[in-house]
Amino acid sequence: MTSSTFPAAGASRADAPQAAGLSIRHAVMELGDGDTRVTALDDVSLDVAPGEFLAIVGPSGSGKSSLLAVAGALASPDSGTVTVNGQDLSQLSQGKRAAFRLSNIGFVFQSGNLIPALTAADQLRLINRLAGGPKTFDPVPLLESVGMAHRATNRPGQLSGGERQRVGIARALVTGAKLLLVDEPTASLDRARSREVVELLARQSHEHGVATIMVTHDHDVLGYCDRIVEMVDGRLGAPAPVR
Amino acid sequence: MFLALRELIFARGRFSLMGGVIALIAVLMVMLSGLSSGLVNDGVSGLKSMPVTTIAFDQGTKTDNAFSRSVIDDQQLNAWRSVEGVAAAAKMGVGMANATTDSGKQIDLTLFGIEPGSFLEPSRSAGTGLGDPDGIVVSSTAKAEGIDLGTVVTLDRIGTKLRVVGFTDGQATFGHVEVAYLPLKTWQLIASGQAAAGAPSAERMSAVSFDTASVVAVQAKPGARLDLAAGDTAAGTTSKSLSAAFNASPGYEAETMTLSMIQVFLYAICALVVGAFFTVWTIQRKHEISVLRAIGASTGYLLRDGLAQAAILLVGFTALGVAAGLGLGAAMPDAMPFALEATPIAIATALTIGLGLIGATVAVVRISRIDPLNALGGQR
Repeated sequence: MTSSTFPAAGASRADAPQAAGLSIRHAVMELGDGDTRVTALDDVSLDVAPGEFLAIVGPSGSGKSSLLAVAGALASPDSGTVTVNGQDLSQLSQGKRAAFRLSNIGFVFQSGNLIPALTAADQLRLINRLAGGPKTFDPVPLLESVGMAHRATNRPGQLSGGERQRVGIARALVTGAKLLLVDEPTASLDRARSREVVELLARQSHEHGVATIMVTHDHDVLGYCDRIVEMVDGRLGAPAPVR
Repeated sequence: MFLALRELIFARGRFSLMGGVIALIAVLMVMLSGLSSGLVNDGVSGLKSMPVTTIAFDQGTKTDNAFSRSVIDDQQLNAWRSVEGVAAAAKMGVGMANATTDSGKQIDLTLFGIEPGSFLEPSRSAGTGLGDPDGIVVSSTAKAEGIDLGTVVTLDRIGTKLRVVGFTDGQATFGHVEVAYLPLKTWQLIASGQAAAGAPSAERMSAVSFDTASVVAVQAKPGARLDLAAGDTAAGTTSKSLSAAFNASPGYEAETMTLSMIQVFLYAICALVVGAFFTVWTIQRKHEISVLRAIGASTGYLLRDGLAQAAILLVGFTALGVAAGLGLGAAMPDAMPFALEATPIAIATALTIGLGLIGATVAVVRISRIDPLNALGGQR
């Protein structure tokens, strides 16, 4: 984290992990037992630089979710290393991982997955409290930046799918995380809303220098991504062309 | 508590239903506690108010109804007087009687025969002490039955007339019947079947050849611990501490055990109902908890939040229930043995909250087993 000479985006083809953003080196992960054993990650290496918006596409069961879990310190690979902002995740204990996720990694889940009891502003306040952020934290500017300031006092039940996703994105940015992991953000949205949400993600990651990985089935929105990789049977394929 | 409070407000319908159950359990707790205290007072307040540490029954007396069944004599009394650590010992006669007041009202009395002027003589709220052969000091609660100073009660069948000369300080009942203290000699006259109709005279009392009583009432010196076994061996008695002797009064054990059993069941129900509610509530929140854990909320924070929620619910609605129970208790009819006492109600309140929290803890601990990985993917 102290290094001041980190390589530029896409420049780290050597085995040394880059200091900022995400580096995965030779990650292997198997799931299940015996006959049902599948290789979810098969020697995966991936770098995502700060400010880069990467999309991962691929059929169901190709290992996209496993890649997100490994990158997000939710699961450990059987072998290989994962480095986020210069921190080797395998060095962290279970409890430290949760704290690390909280302050370094933002998650955006399918259909927002907001807490039903909390207003949009309180969704953000809760994360700030969990992370021990300043007592004076004001969620409105962040909601403003995703175009949701006018909905600050509404609960998820009163929001549309697209609005929930916007609040979810704002929530992921509360702690100033430099790695954003996005899981099928457009799964329950129509085309127009999908484009808006992904455009918002692209803008946020570029403006705040956030390394963003988005797993998606939605080829319609890939135009907003800086780079697209395809995943098949646990392997990262050649970058698919941007449409 | 940030999340806990907002969830309480958000799901107020569900929490109010649960809180209603907790409040009703608390009401029932207060009522049972009041009934329990009331029955105890009604059953043994006459014994409780005596400055006695030990009661010695004749050896081998059947424990139920032992007070009216036991017979002791002077030899046994003297043996107890010489036991080390005994400050005072006195004979006491116990018997039940049906009587009629001079206004024709039928009442039941427990006759406590004691030596006038002895340490057993009760403190009075009105009137004079024992002394006259026909003078009795009755429980202050007998006033509700229309008894006053100077009222003459006639014992049924034998026609012996006794005159009320005083009232005890507070309730003195035994076996749900008002106590009438009377001179031991008069008690012996009645118990031996030698009493005649009319007021007992000093002359007849001195002619009575009956020197036994029911039990030896023993008072230990302050701080002294009596060697009950040695006293029993020397006197040929079976002795019990005063509170253990409560069980020897009519119906006492059966009543208190029934109520205790109901209370124990109620506590168990409270723990189980609260546990069941929070189990379902936690399962409902499974997905959002996995999301929070994925984001990085610590297990400790989520557990504390869940327990705080349960504690707020339990404390709030138990307080509501106790308040309602106290209000209801104050409106109880006089005929019902009911007494609101601070200590048993405080204990019942603490147990309701405590056991409810144990039930909730077992449920809320599930939070620590929810996998943050569930947050990924589409399953809800």
